[in-house]
Amino acid sequence: MNLIPIESQKTSQIRLTLNGEEVDVSFAPYKTLLEVLREDLGHTGTKHGCELGECGACAVLLDGKPVLSCLVLALECDTKNVLTVEGLGADGSLHPLQDAFADLGAAQCGYCTPAILVTAKALLDRNPSPTRNQIREAISGTLCRCTGYLQIFEAVEAAVLKIAEQRKQQ
Amino acid sequence: MTEPNGNRDGLRIIGVPRRRVDARAKVTGQTRFADDIFLPRMAHCKLLRSPHPHARIRKIDASRALAHPGVYLVLTGKDVPIAYGILPVSQDEQALCVDRVRHVGDPVAAIIAREELIAFEAMDLVHVEYEILPTISSPAEALATPEPRIHDYGDAGNIHKRVALAFGDVQQGFAEADEIFEDVFFYQGSTHLPLEQHAAVAVKDPDGKLTLWSSTQTPHYLHRALAQVLEMPAAHIRVIATPNGGGFGGKSDPFNHEIVVAKAALILDRPVKICLTREEVFYCHRGRHPVLMKWKTGVKKDGTITGVHLQTLIDGGAYGSYGVASTFYTGALATTTYHIPRYRFEGCRTFTNKPPCGPKRGHGTPQPRFGQEVQLDKIAEKLAIDPAELRLRIAESSDTVTANFLRLGTVHLTECIRRVVQVSGWNERFRKLPEGRGVGLACSAYLTGAGLPIYWNKMPHSGVQLKLDRGGGVTLFCGATEIGQGSDDVLAGIVAEVLGIEVFDIRVYTGDTDLGPVDLGSYSSRVTLMAGNAAIQAAERAKALLAEAASERLASPKEQLRFGAGRVFDSAAPEKSITFPEAVCLAEARFGTIGTVGSYTPPKSPALYKGGGVGPSPTYSYSAAVVEVLVDPVTGWITVPKVWIAHDIGRALNPTLARGQVEGSVYMGLGEALMEEQEFRRLPKKLSHALVHKFPSILEYKSPTSLDMPDIVTEFIEEPDPRGPFGAKEVGQGPLLPIMPAVANAVYDAVGVRIDEVPITPEKIVKALAEKRAGRARHFGPAAFPQVAWPEALRVPPPWEGGDGNAVNQVSRRSSSGAATKQVLHP
Repeated sequence: MNLIPIESQKTSQIRLTLNGEEVDVSFAPYKTLLEVLREDLGHTGTKHGCELGECGACAVLLDGKPVLSCLVLALECDTKNVLTVEGLGADGSLHPLQDAFADLGAAQCGYCTPAILVTAKALLDRNPSPTRNQIREAISGTLCRCTGYLQIFEAVEAAVLKIAEQRKQQ
Repeated sequence: MTEPNGNRDGLRIIGVPRRRVDARAKVTGQTRFADDIFLPRMAHCKLLRSPHPHARIRKIDASRALAHPGVYLVLTGKDVPIAYGILPVSQDEQALCVDRVRHVGDPVAAIIAREELIAFEAMDLVHVEYEILPTISSPAEALATPEPRIHDYGDAGNIHKRVALAFGDVQQGFAEADEIFEDVFFYQGSTHLPLEQHAAVAVKDPDGKLTLWSSTQTPHYLHRALAQVLEMPAAHIRVIATPNGGGFGGKSDPFNHEIVVAKAALILDRPVKICLTREEVFYCHRGRHPVLMKWKTGVKKDGTITGVHLQTLIDGGAYGSYGVASTFYTGALATTTYHIPRYRFEGCRTFTNKPPCGPKRGHGTPQPRFGQEVQLDKIAEKLAIDPAELRLRIAESSDTVTANFLRLGTVHLTECIRRVVQVSGWNERFRKLPEGRGVGLACSAYLTGAGLPIYWNKMPHSGVQLKLDRGGGVTLFCGATEIGQGSDDVLAGIVAEVLGIEVFDIRVYTGDTDLGPVDLGSYSSRVTLMAGNAAIQAAERAKALLAEAASERLASPKEQLRFGAGRVFDSAAPEKSITFPEAVCLAEARFGTIGTVGSYTPPKSPALYKGGGVGPSPTYSYSAAVVEVLVDPVTGWITVPKVWIAHDIGRALNPTLARGQVEGSVYMGLGEALMEEQEFRRLPKKLSHALVHKFPSILEYKSPTSLDMPDIVTEFIEEPDPRGPFGAKEVGQGPLLPIMPAVANAVYDAVGVRIDEVPITPEKIVKALAEKRAGRARHFGPAAFPQVAWPEALRVPPPWEGGDGNAVNQVSRRSSSGAATKQVLHP
């Protein structure tokens, strides 16, 4: 068997909106969105636990919807809008979800946290007052081996209240 | 250490729920895990692993791989031949196998290339010739098959370790019993499944030294292993434990991939990274040992235990790992919860051609605890005593020395039982719920840190160094390793409390062998107590210097000075005060640069007999849990709607984190109780008939999701233990232990069948229910415990028989091993 090496030539190029900012990126065509985010765009906040779509640690929002970035080819993301954990906060402040996760013990080792945070944001964007079961359902695609999930549920619920309060004030 | 405006003991930080010091990094994705490290010119490493469970390596030809464009280096066993292993008594691993592979996944070659993908491609170009050897798949096979041996060392044939200890005459105990219970249980193996795959990056520093970043729980032990295998002075090696994306014991061994990238970086003089695939993480394993066990317990009619005889048969997998300690652990902590006047323990660990088992949360103790607590449920039923009441009658009390010479610290087991009975409504539920619904109760105890280090030495187990800055900042250095449990936060909280400053004023540098004093690592629930006590000592010493200098300035006696709210003030005249930074400057002017150290060494154990090194701890935590289950009598499907758990923690230093440890333990316990299995199967004969991992993937290795989690009511029993920092005991592992037996006991309450093994699956329940309907044993579990040629027991009279902790007989370690002895003595 004589293999021809796949060279890492950055022959593919796309333009996408990453965390609200338009970026151009060149990469080898076989790369997944996860790999391009971490290796070519320096956004290591998004994690991986299997690269097979099983653990959910690599979730990002693609045009507002949670996707597993290990199963998305970066080439598919031209002109798309990608949100990662790095883009959750605004104006130097944490997103209410981030604050609540930090305060309420929802992040232990922190490895699944970026994925669960963006997934929870997608939930709250379409349903500002979810029930606990809806929260359970929404984040069930990402495994957490540390917390037992309960402090995550509570943190999402606390963020719901805080966001509602912020809306009232505006 | 008492300050105004605090909690019940005048503490401002300790005991108050608080955002952990590293929380912001975690919620913004800025925590830098090992695989997040990218360095200029960094090469990537892949390991070629054995497809065979047991084979001799005849020949390795890597020439084609080396010629592959982009490949920098191929390493094989002869490049890193020195054996290593976490325990001095089992140095049986090589970074790359030299002449033998012992399980599917054992690495034989390392390819280092410009891109990970190139290294991956080149794996196919390495030609390895194997001579297939017979495979051993279970302890029973290992006992029956002394040849060929998986290792050329061990107690006999394929037996790695056999131990026998007798604390008093257990036959006498059985003779005094009104009832004798004998049960065989099986506890299936499981794996840690940390979300982060193991990763490491090595670099030859500009000055020629070596730095290795790795997702390790034990940087100090890794440091020693690297020095040994690379034949370099430890002083020229720096190990940095990156924050672990979950550990649970699975990152506690020095690993082959860590040694390989270090070697490659030294040769290539460029950074080399490896990140394991999920499949490879399953091959690293070091998870829960599968254990078959026999519990024989004699009791009086009132429930008093007269004697216990425990035998364990342990599936060790292909290497030693922590296995010798694990073997002792399957027996050591059985005595810590209930008074056992006579105790005999025999344990046997065998090698098998599977990924090596090691320490997983609870290390060797969840398995016997399962048997012990399920058997107690059976005893309670037979004696017609409520299971909670039975445990209350026989619970151990504080400051006891057990039959096997473990000195218990504070013991609040009875409070745990009473609390959990109360909050769960136990008395209204037990045996009173409708068919298909039930509750079960179980208890446990766990170490607050192993009393002895992995390698014999008299030095401290943990050290903390503090540097005080003129601006009032305090920098803390400690070898402790942050694996998600919150050890950085514990250290910062403690120092802030003692010095009366804010947690945010403290910078924490941990897990770096160059920067911090040694801490032995994040295992055995040792960090809070040991590093915490070291931190208190360092902070108290700094405080003494500051008080001395401040007393002069304030013209107040230093005994009267208090530290709080960022100030040093006179408690008799609070208006007389200076700021903390002022106090630091005064102290520096007086004494020179302000830096202090603290260290902690556990107390000497009264267990002086050989083998008594496993089990001692400064103090033990206690837990009691009630689990409710719903069981579908047709499908056997089990759901757990609610768990109540009380934990004797001494003091919760940061209650938010402590609660997280309990809930995480309950979660992991439910996974083991209901679904998690490290399972193997043989390929069909027409294929290789090899023994392979049944499902080395997260999809097929089932673990609980957010949809499976019950509500948990967590109750802390907070009676400070003087041995712990601010009275704290462990919380990271103990609360896992009662969950599995509580589930089994609840299933019995729900549908009247005993499942004497974990995981407790619907299939097993359905089978047991069919037996019950057919009028046979209402039971599913192992039928018998096999014959093991036990060595003569080391006899240690318990304290109440005048024992002094020493054995009264001498036993040759390899006596009575029959025909196999010769092979052991002359390998």
